[in-house]
Amino acid sequence: MIETYIPLFLVFGFAIIFAAGTVMSSGLFGPQRPNEEKLSTYESGMKPVGTAFERVSIKYYLVAMLFIIFDLEVIFVYPWAVQFISLYTDPAIGTHAFYSMLLFLVVFEIGFLYVYKKGGFKWD
Amino acid sequence: MNLTSTDYLNILPLLLVGAGILISLTVEMYSKKSVGFLSWFSFLLHLLVAYYSLYTVNNVSSVFGGMMGTGGTVNIFYFIFNFGAAIVALLSMDYIKKAEIYFGEYYILLQSAVLGMMLMASATDLVMVFIGLELMSICFYVLAGFQRKNVRSNEASLKYFLLGSFTTGFIVYGMALIYGASGSLNIQSIFSMLSAESTPILFYVGTLLFIIGFCFKIAAFPFHMWVPDVYQGAPTSVTAMMSTIGKAAAFSALLLIMLPLIGSKNPQTFTPLFTVLSAASMIFGSIVALAQTDIKRMLAYSSIAHAGYMLIGLAAANDTGASGIVFYLAAYAFMNLGAFGIVSLIEGNGDTEGTIESYAGLSDRNPLLAGLLALFMFTLSGLPPFAGFFGKYYVFIASLEAGNVWIAVLGALSSAISAYFYLRIIVVMYFRKSDVASDNIITESHTSLLGIVISAILVIMMGLTPGSIVRLINSF
Amino acid sequence: MVTLEHYLILSGFMFVTGVVGVLTRRNAIVVFMSIELMLNSANLTFVAYSSFLGNVIGQLFVFFVMAVAAAEAAVGLAILIAIYRNKATLNIDEINILKW
Repeated sequence: MIETYIPLFLVFGFAIIFAAGTVMSSGLFGPQRPNEEKLSTYESGMKPVGTAFERVSIKYYLVAMLFIIFDLEVIFVYPWAVQFISLYTDPAIGTHAFYSMLLFLVVFEIGFLYVYKKGGFKWD
Repeated sequence: MNLTSTDYLNILPLLLVGAGILISLTVEMYSKKSVGFLSWFSFLLHLLVAYYSLYTVNNVSSVFGGMMGTGGTVNIFYFIFNFGAAIVALLSMDYIKKAEIYFGEYYILLQSAVLGMMLMASATDLVMVFIGLELMSICFYVLAGFQRKNVRSNEASLKYFLLGSFTTGFIVYGMALIYGASGSLNIQSIFSMLSAESTPILFYVGTLLFIIGFCFKIAAFPFHMWVPDVYQGAPTSVTAMMSTIGKAAAFSALLLIMLPLIGSKNPQTFTPLFTVLSAASMIFGSIVALAQTDIKRMLAYSSIAHAGYMLIGLAAANDTGASGIVFYLAAYAFMNLGAFGIVSLIEGNGDTEGTIESYAGLSDRNPLLAGLLALFMFTLSGLPPFAGFFGKYYVFIASLEAGNVWIAVLGALSSAISAYFYLRIIVVMYFRKSDVASDNIITESHTSLLGIVISAILVIMMGLTPGSIVRLINSF
Repeated sequence: MVTLEHYLILSGFMFVTGVVGVLTRRNAIVVFMSIELMLNSANLTFVAYSSFLGNVIGQLFVFFVMAVAAAEAAVGLAILIAIYRNKATLNIDEINILKW
């Protein structure tokens, strides 16, 4: 079982050694004459503008958070949808499963409507 | 599987609160000035549910395929939560204007937190415990940080959130191990494990993690770090709620795992653990509270000590202990609500510190509030004949019945220590002349006063007729 | 052959990593990520046991944990944004007006 993977491991090992070796040898043996131009971000002469840690609008986080919540609530619908036919035909459960999910969705919708009314989805 | 009409009547408290939340949300989104309506709406809703739960206290049944129970102790917990929440709604009406958190969402979160507590108290399945716990906790995280512009409130919220969700991690992992060991999430069938021939060690590890998690929530000693900071930083009305009915809810979940144990083969499995926790909480809470200068911090440490007294009842692991805890929780809820209600009135506008010194000369400035606060301090310290005394009395009796004498002695000793810092407030109020009288404004609020007076009446009533209440709890 | 023990060891390792992360890290967001790791280790345990016991309840619980964790994440990030607006730091050693 494990023997069949030995060539693969050898390839991985060789790749790692080769990559690490070339990077290290260029650092060890190559000439190093740093100057200001070389150390700048864009050697072609472009002046870097602003910081790399650009601030992102807070609205992005709001929408992302709302997305996470409403997206994850849907996982409760999936098992119900998959089992829908058998739930519906089972006389012991009957319409109970259907109305339970309807209630869940109503509660869900009220939450959604609340966010909408409060302007949670407004971008400007 | 289908619910009968009796089942619907039994779960009506839950349905009412749930419907109340949806109505409040709808009102809040369509109206700009909903706060005034929502405050009275939540007050009446919780009062109605409290009355209904007490009215149907005998309807013991199991609903939702054994996921939840109704009636009996569950309904008594419903009463504590809802009546407490009604008082909190009264206390909040003017306080949230003063604290600049005059938003309708405050009451929606309050109602949702109560729904979470009710789910937790009625759970007979770990799934329900988890959902109820999280619903309550998430609402409390938000409520603690409700003063968005206030750094203290932010900090309280952050600390509560980080430590609270850290705790949730423990609880969920504990539940996972319990599930692995017993193959079920139903509490009754989990604890039939204990009577089996051999219980896997995994089960004990899981239960231990679960108990540790809940010890965070009830603020017992080694897991208390968040308590003083959160109680101090959160808006006072929120602190009042967290420290009383929030604690009661966490205890209701701990009782859930203890009640099946009482009937089992070795009920005292967790007694050593609870004994150590309770001894440490009592002593630590009482001693550190002595050194506090801020009244909310002092009440926070006293809350840790009270968690210790209640744990005595769990350590006893008998019926007297269980009913003693329920009685103690009710008594503690109402006396602490009253005390925090007064603190919220006296609290200065904005950034005045809530130091104990600012209570100097209160008896001259407002004799009624001073008298009521003195009453609450007496009952918190456990002096007879108020409710606090009988709460302690029942848990001590339970531990004597279980043959655990030294913890009762330790409890009595720690009560004696705690009397010092409670009575110090009375001394400051009555015998010290105020030098900050003019700039320490007491807010005029009839609703808050009403809430405080109701709590006082309940505390006195529970002190007058403790026997009948305990008999009611015991009869289930 | 991957057995139940493998999953349990992995999830135990994840849980301990999460606990250590919470206790040692100072950035509130990293602390929060560690907490999520703890929850996910519990999820892994649930799923592993569920498959081992042939009992679907464990997988059901995972759904609830995931949904709740998402709600918790949203609330947590909102709290972090509120605190960052007022204090411009997320280092929990600097968030210390209220003394421990």
